[in-house]
Amino acid sequence: MGVKLVFLGKLADLAGAPEREIEAPLDWSALVEALEGPLGDALESDKVKLAVNGTLLSEKAALFANDGDEVALLPPVSGG
Amino acid sequence: MTATKLRCCRLSAGAEPVRDIRLLDAPFAPGAYVGPFTNANPGLGGVATFVGEVRPDDGVTALELLHYAPLTLAGMEVLADQAFARFDLMGLMLLHRVGVMYPGEPIVCVSAASRHRRDAIQSVDFAMDHLKSDAWFWKREQRADGWHWIEPRDTDHADLARWN
Repeated sequence: MGVKLVFLGKLADLAGAPEREIEAPLDWSALVEALEGPLGDALESDKVKLAVNGTLLSEKAALFANDGDEVALLPPVSGG
Repeated sequence: MTATKLRCCRLSAGAEPVRDIRLLDAPFAPGAYVGPFTNANPGLGGVATFVGEVRPDDGVTALELLHYAPLTLAGMEVLADQAFARFDLMGLMLLHRVGVMYPGEPIVCVSAASRHRRDAIQSVDFAMDHLKSDAWFWKREQRADGWHWIEPRDTDHADLARWN
């Protein structure tokens, strides 16, 4: 089943798709390793936040996701 | 349900606050919501409403607003909690469009009802500043050469700082 990555906003363009399945369990270093190029750069930027199953992480390095979890990559919001 | 009923029946309690927090995925007529919202707040002293529409900027043919379901609506509920805590409100309505919109279409409608005008007016201002800069929406606009993501603006932070 794996972990579902969800790319919001322009990160979906960088990823080439709004979602991607990735092997579980997933921690921060595995995610950094899995995402290359501009998407990887964006992930490591302070402006991009992570949420696991709808809960925002205060520290991205604390990421840990299991089978069936959803990890969202959230770029800065552009306002309503 | 039981808890709601108990709250309603408690003799010492005032009227329950009216909350209407929604994401809308199709064009809407603000008046169709503001009327019933106003009627749901009997005894109000004032109701303030702001409606934002898609501006017909040069070259922009459409606007798309994306959201993330697990965060966006929950964040709007937290914003409503903050408004109720900060102002003396009877009711608050936050309506926000998502999806593709065209110039002239409503994108947001905030309405607040209170006993005294300033709480209604200020809570609408407060909610709008937060919806514009601190809510989970991503926006892109369509021009002749395709879609372009809108980056956050510096003024958004200044708008938020007004309420610190």
